[in-house]
Amino acid sequence: MKKIEIEVNGKKVSKEIQDHTTLSGLLRDILNLTGTHIGCDTSQCGACVVHVDGKSIKSCTALAADLDGSKVTTIEGLASNGKLHPMQEAFKKMHGLQCGFCTPGMVMSAVDLLKNKKNPSDQEIRDWLEGNICRCTGYHNIVAAVKEAASKM
Amino acid sequence: MKTFNYHSAKDVKEASKLASSNSAFLAGGMTTIPSMKLGLASYKDIIDIKRIKKLSGIKVSGKTVTIGATTKHSEVASSKDIKKAIPSLAALAEGIGDPQVRNRGTIGGSIANNDPAADYPSACIALNATIHTNNRSIDAEKFFRGMFETCLKSTEVIEAIEFSIPEKSSYQKLPNPASRYAIIGVYVAKHKTGINVGVTGAKSCVYNDKDLAGALTKNFSSSAIDGVKISSSEMNSDIHASSDYRANMVKAFAKKAVDAC
Repeated sequence: MKKIEIEVNGKKVSKEIQDHTTLSGLLRDILNLTGTHIGCDTSQCGACVVHVDGKSIKSCTALAADLDGSKVTTIEGLASNGKLHPMQEAFKKMHGLQCGFCTPGMVMSAVDLLKNKKNPSDQEIRDWLEGNICRCTGYHNIVAAVKEAASKM
Repeated sequence: MKTFNYHSAKDVKEASKLASSNSAFLAGGMTTIPSMKLGLASYKDIIDIKRIKKLSGIKVSGKTVTIGATTKHSEVASSKDIKKAIPSLAALAEGIGDPQVRNRGTIGGSIANNDPAADYPSACIALNATIHTNNRSIDAEKFFRGMFETCLKSTEVIEAIEFSIPEKSSYQKLPNPASRYAIIGVYVAKHKTGINVGVTGAKSCVYNDKDLAGALTKNFSSSAIDGVKISSSEMNSDIHASSDYRANMVKAFAKKAVDAC
Protein backbone atom coordinates (compact mmCIF):
# COMPACT_ATOMS: atom_id res chain seq x y z
CA MET A 1 0.00 0.00 0.00
CA LYS A 2 1.10 3.53 -0.70
CA LYS A 3 -0.21 6.80 0.62
CA ILE A 4 -0.64 9.50 -1.99
CA GLU A 5 -1.81 13.08 -1.99
CA ILE A 6 -3.14 14.49 -5.22
CA GLU A 7 -5.45 17.29 -6.26
CA VAL A 8 -8.50 16.21 -8.24
CA ASN A 9 -10.65 18.91 -9.83
CA GLY A 10 -9.30 21.47 -7.37
CA LYS A 11 -9.85 19.35 -4.25
CA LYS A 12 -7.00 17.85 -2.25
CA VAL A 13 -7.32 14.10 -1.88
CA SER A 14 -5.28 11.87 0.41
CA LYS A 15 -5.70 8.09 -0.02
CA GLU A 16 -4.09 4.76 0.78
CA ILE A 17 -3.89 2.83 -2.46
CA GLN A 18 -2.48 -0.47 -3.67
CA ASP A 19 0.82 -0.26 -5.56
CA HIS A 20 -0.80 -1.39 -8.82
CA THR A 21 -3.81 0.94 -8.68
CA THR A 22 -4.09 2.90 -11.92
CA LEU A 23 -5.24 6.50 -12.06
CA SER A 24 -8.47 5.40 -13.80
CA GLY A 25 -9.05 2.89 -10.98
CA LEU A 26 -8.46 5.54 -8.33
CA LEU A 27 -10.84 7.97 -10.03
CA ARG A 28 -13.66 5.52 -10.68
CA ASP A 29 -13.50 2.95 -7.88
CA ILE A 30 -12.15 4.99 -4.99
CA LEU A 31 -13.27 8.57 -5.71
CA ASN A 32 -16.50 7.57 -7.53
CA LEU A 33 -15.71 9.88 -10.43
CA THR A 34 -17.19 7.60 -13.06
CA GLY A 35 -17.20 10.19 -15.84
CA THR A 36 -13.78 8.89 -16.85
CA HIS A 37 -14.53 5.74 -18.84
CA ILE A 38 -12.47 2.60 -19.29
CA GLY A 39 -12.72 1.08 -22.76
CA CYS A 40 -9.75 -0.98 -23.89
CA ASP A 41 -7.82 -0.57 -20.60
CA THR A 42 -4.54 -0.71 -22.57
CA SER A 43 -4.13 2.93 -23.72
CA GLN A 44 -5.47 2.59 -27.23
CA CYS A 45 -9.08 3.82 -27.16
CA GLY A 46 -8.74 7.12 -25.26
CA ALA A 47 -12.03 6.91 -23.30
CA CYS A 48 -10.02 7.42 -20.09
CA VAL A 49 -8.19 10.64 -21.06
CA VAL A 50 -7.78 13.14 -18.20
CA HIS A 51 -5.38 16.01 -17.62
CA VAL A 52 -2.41 15.60 -15.28
CA ASP A 53 -0.50 18.79 -14.52
CA GLY A 54 -2.15 20.41 -17.54
CA LYS A 55 -1.41 17.68 -20.10
CA SER A 56 -3.74 15.04 -21.48
CA ILE A 57 -2.81 11.45 -20.65
CA LYS A 58 -4.52 8.07 -20.65
CA SER A 59 -5.43 7.40 -17.05
CA CYS A 60 -5.68 3.61 -17.49
CA THR A 61 -1.94 3.50 -18.17
CA ALA A 62 -0.65 5.66 -15.34
CA LEU A 63 -0.01 4.31 -11.86
CA ALA A 64 -1.66 6.38 -9.15
CA ALA A 65 1.40 5.84 -6.92
CA ASP A 66 3.54 7.56 -9.49
CA LEU A 67 1.31 10.66 -9.59
CA ASP A 68 1.80 11.63 -5.94
CA GLY A 69 1.69 15.43 -5.78
CA SER A 70 0.02 15.89 -9.21
CA LYS A 71 -2.98 17.96 -10.21
CA VAL A 72 -5.64 16.00 -12.05
CA THR A 73 -8.62 17.35 -13.99
CA THR A 74 -11.37 14.97 -15.10
CA ILE A 75 -14.50 15.54 -17.18
CA GLU A 76 -16.34 16.33 -13.91
CA GLY A 77 -13.96 19.24 -13.35
CA LEU A 78 -14.67 21.08 -16.61
CA ALA A 79 -18.04 22.70 -15.87
CA SER A 80 -17.96 25.61 -13.45
CA ASN A 81 -20.84 27.03 -11.41
CA GLY A 82 -23.30 24.74 -13.15
CA LYS A 83 -22.26 26.07 -16.56
CA LEU A 84 -20.93 23.65 -19.15
CA HIS A 85 -17.42 24.17 -20.54
CA PRO A 86 -17.53 25.59 -24.12
CA MET A 87 -16.24 22.24 -25.41
CA GLN A 88 -19.11 20.40 -23.71
CA GLU A 89 -21.60 22.98 -25.09
CA ALA A 90 -20.15 22.50 -28.58
CA PHE A 91 -20.43 18.68 -28.40
CA LYS A 92 -24.10 19.14 -27.40
CA LYS A 93 -24.84 21.71 -30.10
CA MET A 94 -23.08 19.89 -32.95
CA HIS A 95 -24.30 16.39 -31.97
CA GLY A 96 -20.70 15.34 -31.29
CA LEU A 97 -21.85 12.22 -29.45
CA GLN A 98 -23.99 9.21 -30.17
CA CYS A 99 -23.72 6.52 -27.47
CA GLY A 100 -21.50 8.85 -25.43
CA PHE A 101 -18.98 6.26 -24.25
CA CYS A 102 -15.96 7.90 -25.87
CA THR A 103 -17.16 11.44 -25.15
CA PRO A 104 -15.35 12.18 -21.86
CA GLY A 105 -12.02 11.23 -23.44
CA MET A 106 -12.79 13.09 -26.67
CA VAL A 107 -13.70 16.25 -24.75
CA MET A 108 -10.63 16.12 -22.50
CA SER A 109 -8.33 15.49 -25.49
CA ALA A 110 -9.94 18.30 -27.49
CA VAL A 111 -9.60 20.77 -24.60
CA ASP A 112 -5.87 19.99 -24.48
CA LEU A 113 -5.63 20.54 -28.26
CA LEU A 114 -7.13 24.03 -28.00
CA LYS A 115 -4.67 24.88 -25.23
CA ASN A 116 -1.85 24.28 -27.70
CA LYS A 117 -3.54 25.45 -30.88
CA LYS A 118 -6.25 28.10 -30.87
CA ASN A 119 -7.74 27.54 -34.35
CA PRO A 120 -6.86 24.04 -35.54
CA SER A 121 -7.69 22.88 -39.06
CA ASP A 122 -9.86 19.80 -39.67
CA GLN A 123 -6.71 17.80 -40.35
CA GLU A 124 -5.01 19.01 -37.17
CA ILE A 125 -8.10 18.04 -35.14
CA ARG A 126 -8.19 14.59 -36.73
CA ASP A 127 -4.46 14.10 -36.16
CA TRP A 128 -4.76 15.16 -32.52
CA LEU A 129 -7.71 12.84 -31.88
CA GLU A 130 -5.93 9.81 -33.34
CA GLY A 131 -5.72 8.27 -29.88
CA ASN A 132 -9.47 8.59 -29.27
CA ILE A 133 -11.67 5.96 -30.86
CA CYS A 134 -15.43 6.40 -31.42
CA ARG A 135 -17.04 3.04 -32.15
CA CYS A 136 -20.21 4.78 -33.36
CA THR A 137 -17.84 6.34 -35.93
CA GLY A 138 -19.26 9.78 -35.20
CA TYR A 139 -16.01 11.53 -36.08
CA HIS A 140 -17.48 14.05 -38.50
CA ASN A 141 -19.60 15.77 -35.87
CA ILE A 142 -16.85 15.44 -33.25
CA VAL A 143 -14.53 17.43 -35.52
CA ALA A 144 -17.33 19.95 -36.15
CA ALA A 145 -17.83 20.27 -32.38
CA VAL A 146 -14.12 20.96 -31.77
CA LYS A 147 -14.20 23.65 -34.49
CA GLU A 148 -17.31 25.19 -32.94
CA ALA A 149 -15.64 25.24 -29.51
CA ALA A 150 -12.50 26.82 -31.01
CA SER A 151 -14.61 29.67 -32.39
CA LYS A 152 -16.10 30.28 -28.92
CA MET A 153 -13.01 29.90 -26.73
CA MET B 1 -2.94 -6.66 -13.39
CA LYS B 2 -0.97 -8.72 -10.86
CA THR B 3 0.28 -6.63 -7.99
CA PHE B 4 3.89 -5.63 -7.46
CA ASN B 5 5.96 -3.47 -5.15
CA TYR B 6 6.21 0.07 -6.48
CA HIS B 7 9.40 1.99 -5.74
CA SER B 8 10.24 5.53 -6.77
CA ALA B 9 14.01 5.76 -7.00
CA LYS B 10 15.65 9.04 -6.03
CA ASP B 11 18.81 8.45 -8.03
CA VAL B 12 20.30 5.99 -10.52
CA LYS B 13 22.34 4.25 -7.84
CA GLU B 14 19.22 3.45 -5.83
CA ALA B 15 17.33 2.33 -8.96
CA SER B 16 20.12 -0.04 -9.90
CA LYS B 17 20.38 -1.39 -6.36
CA LEU B 18 16.65 -2.17 -6.23
CA ALA B 19 16.73 -4.01 -9.56
CA SER B 20 16.77 -7.78 -9.92
CA SER B 21 15.93 -10.40 -12.53
CA ASN B 22 12.30 -10.03 -11.40
CA SER B 23 11.96 -6.26 -11.72
CA ALA B 24 11.40 -3.63 -14.38
CA PHE B 25 12.31 0.01 -14.57
CA LEU B 26 9.31 2.24 -15.19
CA ALA B 27 9.56 5.43 -17.20
CA GLY B 28 6.46 6.33 -19.26
CA GLY B 29 4.97 2.87 -18.80
CA MET B 30 3.37 2.98 -22.25
CA THR B 31 4.40 -0.61 -22.96
CA THR B 32 5.18 -1.98 -19.50
CA ILE B 33 1.76 -1.26 -18.00
CA PRO B 34 -0.37 -2.63 -20.88
CA SER B 35 1.95 -5.69 -21.03
CA MET B 36 1.33 -6.36 -17.34
CA LYS B 37 -2.42 -5.88 -17.79
CA LEU B 38 -2.50 -8.34 -20.68
CA GLY B 39 -0.56 -10.90 -18.62
CA LEU B 40 2.40 -10.78 -21.02
CA ALA B 41 4.71 -9.65 -18.23
CA SER B 42 4.73 -9.63 -14.44
CA TYR B 43 7.30 -8.33 -11.99
CA LYS B 44 7.91 -8.43 -8.26
CA ASP B 45 9.25 -4.89 -8.25
CA ILE B 46 8.51 -1.88 -10.43
CA ILE B 47 11.20 0.77 -10.09
CA ASP B 48 10.03 4.19 -11.20
CA ILE B 49 12.91 6.30 -12.54
CA LYS B 50 10.84 9.30 -13.64
CA ARG B 51 11.71 11.42 -10.64
CA ILE B 52 15.45 11.19 -11.23
CA LYS B 53 16.04 14.67 -12.62
CA LYS B 54 19.34 14.03 -14.37
CA LEU B 55 17.74 11.41 -16.64
CA SER B 56 15.62 13.99 -18.44
CA GLY B 57 16.59 16.77 -20.82
CA ILE B 58 18.01 17.67 -24.22
CA LYS B 59 21.53 18.90 -24.97
CA VAL B 60 22.74 19.94 -28.40
CA SER B 61 26.45 20.47 -29.00
CA GLY B 62 28.26 21.09 -32.29
CA LYS B 63 28.27 17.49 -33.42
CA THR B 64 25.78 15.64 -31.27
CA VAL B 65 22.30 15.71 -29.77
CA THR B 66 22.04 14.04 -26.37
CA ILE B 67 18.62 13.12 -25.02
CA GLY B 68 18.05 11.96 -21.44
CA ALA B 69 16.43 8.54 -21.09
CA THR B 70 13.18 9.75 -19.50
CA THR B 71 12.68 12.62 -21.96
CA LYS B 72 9.17 12.33 -23.38
CA HIS B 73 8.35 11.99 -27.09
CA SER B 74 6.38 15.26 -26.95
CA GLU B 75 9.48 17.06 -25.62
CA VAL B 76 11.64 15.72 -28.46
CA ALA B 77 8.93 16.54 -31.03
CA SER B 78 8.61 20.15 -29.89
CA SER B 79 12.29 20.88 -29.12
CA LYS B 80 13.48 23.86 -31.17
CA ASP B 81 17.09 22.71 -30.72
CA ILE B 82 16.37 19.24 -32.11
CA LYS B 83 14.24 20.63 -34.95
CA LYS B 84 17.24 22.72 -35.95
CA ALA B 85 19.98 20.10 -35.47
CA ILE B 86 18.19 16.90 -36.65
CA PRO B 87 14.70 17.78 -37.93
CA SER B 88 14.03 14.17 -38.92
CA LEU B 89 14.40 13.09 -35.28
CA ALA B 90 11.80 15.60 -34.06
CA ALA B 91 9.49 14.46 -36.87
CA LEU B 92 9.96 10.81 -35.84
CA ALA B 93 8.95 11.64 -32.26
CA GLU B 94 5.87 13.50 -33.54
CA GLY B 95 4.75 10.37 -35.37
CA ILE B 96 4.81 8.00 -32.38
CA GLY B 97 1.44 6.71 -31.13
CA ASP B 98 -0.91 9.57 -30.27
CA PRO B 99 -0.65 12.83 -28.26
CA GLN B 100 -1.37 11.16 -24.91
CA VAL B 101 1.21 8.45 -25.53
CA ARG B 102 3.72 11.14 -26.55
CA ASN B 103 2.98 13.00 -23.31
CA ARG B 104 4.09 9.96 -21.27
CA GLY B 105 6.26 7.68 -23.39
CA THR B 106 10.04 8.10 -23.23
CA ILE B 107 12.98 7.53 -25.57
CA GLY B 108 14.82 5.32 -23.04
CA GLY B 109 11.74 3.15 -22.58
CA SER B 110 11.33 2.77 -26.31
CA ILE B 111 14.86 1.58 -26.98
CA ALA B 112 15.08 -0.61 -23.84
CA ASN B 113 11.93 -2.42 -24.99
CA ASN B 114 13.30 -2.79 -28.55
CA ASP B 115 9.95 -3.54 -30.12
CA PRO B 116 10.65 -4.74 -33.68
CA ALA B 117 8.19 -2.08 -34.95
CA ALA B 118 9.27 0.84 -32.73
CA ASP B 119 10.52 4.04 -34.37
CA TYR B 120 13.45 5.16 -32.18
CA PRO B 121 15.69 2.09 -32.72
CA SER B 122 15.96 3.02 -36.43
CA ALA B 123 17.10 6.53 -35.41
CA CYS B 124 19.77 5.04 -33.13
CA ILE B 125 21.11 2.95 -36.04
CA ALA B 126 20.93 5.72 -38.64
CA LEU B 127 22.36 8.45 -36.42
CA ASN B 128 25.31 6.39 -35.04
CA ALA B 129 23.89 6.65 -31.52
CA THR B 130 25.80 5.87 -28.38
CA ILE B 131 23.67 4.59 -25.51
CA HIS B 132 25.06 5.74 -22.18
CA THR B 133 24.15 3.65 -19.15
CA ASN B 134 25.24 3.84 -15.52
CA ASN B 135 28.04 1.34 -16.37
CA ARG B 136 29.19 1.93 -19.93
CA SER B 137 28.64 3.47 -23.35
CA ILE B 138 27.29 1.16 -26.04
CA ASP B 139 27.19 1.59 -29.83
CA ALA B 140 23.66 1.27 -31.21
CA GLU B 141 24.76 -1.49 -33.61
CA LYS B 142 25.74 -3.63 -30.59
CA PHE B 143 22.87 -2.52 -28.33
CA PHE B 144 19.94 -4.06 -30.25
CA ARG B 145 20.28 -7.85 -30.06
CA GLY B 146 16.99 -9.32 -31.29
CA MET B 147 13.23 -9.23 -30.84
CA PHE B 148 12.55 -7.28 -27.61
CA GLU B 149 16.16 -7.98 -26.65
CA THR B 150 19.05 -5.62 -25.93
CA CYS B 151 22.45 -6.09 -24.34
CA LEU B 152 21.29 -4.33 -21.13
CA LYS B 153 21.82 -6.15 -17.84
CA SER B 154 18.91 -6.23 -15.39
CA THR B 155 20.52 -3.68 -13.06
CA GLU B 156 21.68 -1.41 -15.87
CA VAL B 157 19.90 1.93 -16.32
CA ILE B 158 19.96 3.88 -19.60
CA GLU B 159 20.92 7.45 -18.75
CA ALA B 160 21.06 9.15 -22.15
CA ILE B 161 21.20 8.56 -25.88
CA GLU B 162 23.74 10.54 -27.90
CA PHE B 163 23.03 10.98 -31.63
CA SER B 164 25.52 12.22 -34.26
CA ILE B 165 24.17 15.16 -36.25
CA PRO B 166 24.13 14.06 -39.92
CA GLU B 167 24.62 16.22 -43.01
CA LYS B 168 21.11 15.25 -44.07
CA SER B 169 18.54 12.70 -43.02
CA SER B 170 14.93 11.63 -43.24
CA TYR B 171 12.70 9.05 -41.56
CA GLN B 172 9.75 7.75 -43.54
CA LYS B 173 7.30 5.19 -42.28
CA LEU B 174 4.25 3.26 -43.28
CA PRO B 175 2.33 3.41 -40.01
CA ASN B 176 -0.16 0.85 -38.81
CA PRO B 177 -3.31 2.98 -39.02
CA ALA B 178 -4.48 1.97 -35.53
CA SER B 179 -1.32 1.91 -33.42
CA ARG B 180 1.03 4.09 -35.51
CA TYR B 181 3.74 1.50 -34.99
CA ALA B 182 5.84 1.10 -38.13
CA ILE B 183 4.72 -1.60 -40.56
CA ILE B 184 7.89 -0.36 -42.24
CA GLY B 185 10.09 2.54 -41.18
CA VAL B 186 13.25 3.60 -43.01
CA TYR B 187 15.69 6.14 -41.57
CA VAL B 188 18.29 7.36 -44.08
CA ALA B 189 21.16 9.48 -42.73
CA LYS B 190 24.17 10.83 -44.62
CA HIS B 191 27.16 11.51 -42.38
CA LYS B 192 30.61 12.74 -43.37
CA THR B 193 31.84 9.28 -42.36
CA GLY B 194 29.26 7.28 -44.32
CA ILE B 195 25.60 6.49 -44.95
CA ASN B 196 23.28 4.48 -42.72
CA VAL B 197 19.86 3.08 -43.54
CA GLY B 198 18.11 2.05 -40.33
CA VAL B 199 15.12 -0.19 -41.03
CA THR B 200 12.43 -1.00 -38.46
CA GLY B 201 9.21 -3.02 -38.68
CA ALA B 202 10.63 -5.29 -41.36
CA LYS B 203 12.44 -8.04 -39.44
CA SER B 204 12.54 -9.37 -35.88
CA CYS B 205 14.97 -6.58 -34.98
CA VAL B 206 16.00 -3.20 -36.35
CA TYR B 207 19.00 -3.37 -38.74
CA ASN B 208 21.28 -1.26 -40.90
CA ASP B 209 20.63 -2.17 -44.53
CA LYS B 210 24.16 -2.37 -45.93
CA ASP B 211 23.00 -2.99 -49.53
CA LEU B 212 20.92 0.18 -49.58
CA ALA B 213 23.67 2.13 -47.81
CA GLY B 214 26.22 0.82 -50.34
CA ALA B 215 24.12 1.89 -53.34
CA LEU B 216 23.56 5.33 -51.80
CA THR B 217 27.28 5.72 -51.08
CA LYS B 218 27.97 5.42 -54.81
CA ASN B 219 25.12 7.69 -55.80
CA PHE B 220 22.96 9.48 -53.23
CA SER B 221 19.71 9.54 -55.17
CA SER B 222 16.49 7.53 -55.06
CA SER B 223 17.21 6.09 -58.51
CA ALA B 224 20.30 4.37 -57.04
CA ILE B 225 17.92 2.22 -54.98
CA ASP B 226 16.09 0.86 -58.05
CA GLY B 227 18.77 -1.74 -58.74
CA VAL B 228 19.01 -3.03 -55.14
CA LYS B 229 17.40 -6.40 -54.47
CA ILE B 230 15.72 -6.70 -51.07
CA SER B 231 15.24 -10.29 -49.94
CA SER B 232 11.97 -11.08 -48.16
CA SER B 233 13.28 -14.30 -46.56
CA GLU B 234 13.81 -12.84 -43.07
CA MET B 235 10.96 -10.32 -43.21
CA ASN B 236 7.99 -10.40 -40.85
CA SER B 237 4.68 -11.60 -42.18
CA ASP B 238 1.41 -10.87 -40.37
CA ILE B 239 -2.19 -9.76 -40.92
CA HIS B 240 -1.00 -6.25 -41.78
CA ALA B 241 1.60 -7.07 -44.41
CA SER B 242 3.20 -10.14 -46.03
CA SER B 243 6.99 -10.52 -46.15
CA ASP B 244 7.06 -9.80 -49.90
CA TYR B 245 5.03 -6.63 -49.40
CA ARG B 246 7.35 -5.52 -46.59
CA ALA B 247 10.43 -6.10 -48.78
CA ASN B 248 8.86 -3.96 -51.47
CA MET B 249 7.92 -1.25 -48.97
CA VAL B 250 11.47 -1.10 -47.56
CA LYS B 251 12.59 -0.10 -51.04
CA ALA B 252 9.71 2.31 -51.61
CA PHE B 253 10.20 4.05 -48.27
CA ALA B 254 13.97 4.16 -48.64
CA LYS B 255 13.42 6.04 -51.92
CA LYS B 256 10.93 8.34 -50.23
CA ALA B 257 13.43 9.03 -47.45
CA VAL B 258 16.25 9.84 -49.88
CA ASP B 259 13.98 12.20 -51.83
CA ALA B 260 13.00 13.95 -48.58
CA CYS B 261 16.63 14.40 -47.44
